[in-house]
Amino acid sequence: MVKKHKGPPGKGLGYLKKSRDEIKGYAIEYGLDFFDTYFEFLDFEEMNIIAAYGGFPNRYPSWEFGMEYERLQKSYRHGLHTIYEMVINNDPCWAYLLESNNLVDQKIVMAHVFGHSDFFKNNASFSQTNRKMMDAMANHATKVRKYVDRYGIDTVESFIDLCRSISDLIDPHSVFIKRQADKPRFSLEVAKNGHPQIAQKIPAKEYMNGYINPKNVIDAKQGRLDAEFARQKQIEQKQDFPENPERDVMLFLIEHAPLEEWQREILWIMREEAYYFAPQAETKIMNEGWATYWHEKIMIEKCLTDSEIIDFADHHSGTVAARAGQINPYRLGWKLWKDIEDRWNKGKFGKEYEECENYSALASWDKKLGLGRDKIFEVRKIYNDISFVDEFFTEEFCLENNFFTYVFNKEGGVYEIADRNWKNIKRKLLFSLTNFGRPFICVKSGNFQNRSELLLQHRHEGIDLRQDFLQDTLENLRKIWGRTVHIETVAEGAKKLFSSKPILEESKKKKKKKKK
Amino acid sequence: MGNMLNIEQDYLRFRQIIRGKIKQNLKKYISQGELIGKKGKDFVSIPIPQIETPNFRFGRRNTGGVGQGEGSPGQALAPGDVDDGGEGQAGNAPGNHILEVDLTIEELAQILAEELELPRIQPKGSAKIKTERDHYSRISRVGPESLRHFKRTYKEALKRQISAGSYDPLNPYIVPIHEDKRYISWKTKQRPESNALIIYMMDVSGSMGDDQKEIVRIESFWIDTWIQTNYKGVVTRYIIHDAVAQEVDSETFFNTRESGGTVISSAYELCLNIIEEEYPQELWNIYVFHFSDGDNFTGEDNNRCIGMLKNNFLPKVNLFGYGQVESTYGSGQFIRELESNIKDADNFVTSRIETRDDILKSIKDFLGKGK
Repeated sequence: MVKKHKGPPGKGLGYLKKSRDEIKGYAIEYGLDFFDTYFEFLDFEEMNIIAAYGGFPNRYPSWEFGMEYERLQKSYRHGLHTIYEMVINNDPCWAYLLESNNLVDQKIVMAHVFGHSDFFKNNASFSQTNRKMMDAMANHATKVRKYVDRYGIDTVESFIDLCRSISDLIDPHSVFIKRQADKPRFSLEVAKNGHPQIAQKIPAKEYMNGYINPKNVIDAKQGRLDAEFARQKQIEQKQDFPENPERDVMLFLIEHAPLEEWQREILWIMREEAYYFAPQAETKIMNEGWATYWHEKIMIEKCLTDSEIIDFADHHSGTVAARAGQINPYRLGWKLWKDIEDRWNKGKFGKEYEECENYSALASWDKKLGLGRDKIFEVRKIYNDISFVDEFFTEEFCLENNFFTYVFNKEGGVYEIADRNWKNIKRKLLFSLTNFGRPFICVKSGNFQNRSELLLQHRHEGIDLRQDFLQDTLENLRKIWGRTVHIETVAEGAKKLFSSKPILEESKKKKKKKKK
Repeated sequence: MGNMLNIEQDYLRFRQIIRGKIKQNLKKYISQGELIGKKGKDFVSIPIPQIETPNFRFGRRNTGGVGQGEGSPGQALAPGDVDDGGEGQAGNAPGNHILEVDLTIEELAQILAEELELPRIQPKGSAKIKTERDHYSRISRVGPESLRHFKRTYKEALKRQISAGSYDPLNPYIVPIHEDKRYISWKTKQRPESNALIIYMMDVSGSMGDDQKEIVRIESFWIDTWIQTNYKGVVTRYIIHDAVAQEVDSETFFNTRESGGTVISSAYELCLNIIEEEYPQELWNIYVFHFSDGDNFTGEDNNRCIGMLKNNFLPKVNLFGYGQVESTYGSGQFIRELESNIKDADNFVTSRIETRDDILKSIKDFLGKGK
C-alpha cells in the first residue's frame, strides 16, 4: 500500500502503483512465490532513520542506532552514497522506496524486492524465523522502554551494551536440529526445591506491603538468591555442566547467570533478534544474487521502455560492479545463478560432462535439456551461501570471472594479488563465510574448577583472536556471569587460557588506592 | 513520526558518548571510521567517529581475502579497493551503493571544516594589497549576443506574451523581441590579495619510523587542503633535518629516512633564512609546522630553539605549529620544554599525536584558532 506522499516527479503515484501491479504480475508469471508485499514511500530522512534501525520502524533505545543514523545522514548529505532498497523478512513483506529516486530506479527496486520476498518465503534458512517480526520488534522496544523508565537509561543501555558484545554467540543451526534429548536441563526451578533462603522483605504493615515490597522486586531478589544457591549446590556436588559444549552462549547465560528479571528479559530479546537476523547473513550472496537476477530479467524481458534503458543500465551496472579487493555479493550471486541456469539448460553437469576431456566438446556442450529454471528454483529452496559456493563455484566459473586471492605485503605496505589458484580462492571464500566469518566459541563448563566460573572454548582454525577485544569481551561476560570468565584458545601457536580480571584483586587495588 | 523522536534520543546519546560526557568506559572504543570519497585518482576518507563493540573476533585483519579483476600475481591493489574491516556483517545490511564521487579540494575542505568545526582563517594584513576580479554574476539588458542568457530571455518573452494575452498554452510559441533579451554581465569585486606560505619541517632522524611519517603525511595533506581554501595562492616548502637541515621537494620530504642525531635548531635556522630572504612578512601569511619525535640532541639546543621561536618566528608568522609524534625511542622532552617556556603566544600551538586516531584532534588543535 503506497503511503500518501508527493510521488515521483513528473508522473504521479498512480503510475507507480500501475508499475507495481505490472511488475507483480510478471513476477508471478515467472513463478516467483512471495508474501504479500507492501511498499512504503519515504523521504531520505525517514529512510535513514529506518535504515539505522535495520529496516524496522521501532527498536529498543540504543546509541548504536544513533551512530548508524549519523553515518547515513552524513554520507547522504555529502553525496557519497544512497540507499536504494530495503526490505523486511516479514509476512506481509515490507519494503521501502526512496522518494527522490527516479522512476526507473523505483521499478528496478520493486522487481528486486519481489525477488527477496520470494527468497524469504521459500529458502529453508528462513523457515524458522519469526514472520511477525515487525510486531515483535515493536514489542521488544516497548518492553525495553518500560525498563528504561523504571531503572534509568544508563543502567539499561549499559546492560544492552554488554549483551551486544556477545550477541553473535548463538547457535544458528539449533533451530533446525535437536542438540540433546528432551530431558530437563539444569534449571532454576529444580534448584529452588528445598531452597532455604527466602528474599528478605522490609517489615511493613499488611496494607502497605504491596507498595513497600513490590512483587517484582522481591521476585528479582529471589531469582538471584536462587541462582546463587544453585551454584553452591553445584559446587557441593561437584557438578559440571553443560554435558556437551553449548554453542548458544546467550541461552546458556539466560538459563544460568544470576540475572535480575529485566536483565534476563533483555538478554532474551537480544538473542531473539540475533536469531532473526542470522539467516540473512547466512544467505547474503544467494539472496542478493537472486533478487538481482530477477530484477534484471523482469526489467529487460518485460518492463523497460525505450527511454528507460540508459538509466537502467547505469543502475544495474552499479549494482553488479566488481571492486578489485572485495566480493560484491550482488555480483557473485547474480553470476552464479546465471551460471547454474546456463549449465542445467545445456546439461553441463553429471558424470559424462565432468569426465570429458575434449576441450572443443566441452566448449560447445549443449544437450538442450532446458532444466535451468527448475534447477535454480530448487537451489533457492535448500541451499545457503556456504553450500551454494561449495557446490557451484566451479573452476570454470572462477576462471571466467577473474577471481584472485590477495595478501598483505608487509614490506610494501600494500595489498597485492597473491594467486589465481581456484582451490585457494574457494577455500578463502568459504572460510570467510563460515560462521559469518566469526570464530567458533562455545561454553565448555559453567562450574569451572568447581568454583562456578565460566569456561569458554574457542575452536582454533589457524587465525588467532584479536587480543584487546578478547580481554574486553571477557570483562563484559564477567559482568553478566558474576564470576570470573575464562576462554581456552590458541595464541601464537601455543594453547592458552585467558581470564577476566579477578574481582577480588580489583577491589583490593581500589582499597590500596584509597589508603594512599 | 514516533521514531523521529526515538532516533533523536539515540543520536543524542551517541554524541554525548563521543564528547565524553557519558559512559567513559566506551571512550576507548571510539575510532575514526571513514567515509570514502575520491579526489582525482586518490581515495580520501572523510572522518566520522564510530564506536566499536568488543566481541570475539579474529585478529590481524591483514590476512587478505578474495578479489576479482585483472592483474597478475604481485600486482598491488588500490588502497580504497580493499575492504579492511571485512567483517561478515551480521544483520540485514540494506542495499547500499557506494557512489564514487569526485570531490574538489573545496568540497573536501568544507566537509573537514564541518566535521571539525573549524573557524575560517582571518588573513593578517590583508588590507594592504588589493586585486580586482570580475565575477559573471549579474544580468544586464545590454550585451554581446554571445553572452545572451537563453532562459531569462525566454522567461521575459513569456511574461510579456502572457500579459499581452498573446500566449496560447495549446500552441506555445514564444518569440523574444529586442526588449526581452537579457545578457550575462559581470561585477567587479575588489579582493584583498592574500598569499600564504606553508613551511613544513620534519625530523628524519633514525627514530622516526614509517608510521610516524605516515601520520605527518596525512596531517599535512589536511592542513594543505584547509589553508588552500582560505588563500588564493599557497606556496609550500619542505625542510628535513637530522643533525643538519636541508630543503627538499615534497617527494623527498615524505620518503627520506636518515640515521643520526637530531639538532632542531638547524632546521629553524634554515627556515628563518627562507622566510627572511624570500617572503616579506607584510605580503605573506606564513605558516610553519614542525613535526618531530621530540628527542633533541642537547638541552642547550632546546634553549636555542625556544629563543629563536620567541624572537624570530612568532613576531613574523601567522601560526607556528609543533606536532610531536609518538616514537618508541627518545624522551619526547622537546614539547614539554616548549610548553613550559612559551606560554602567552596565541599563534603558537603544540599538539601530541600518538596514533593515527589522534590526527583529527591534532588538526583541530592547529587550525581551530582561526589563524
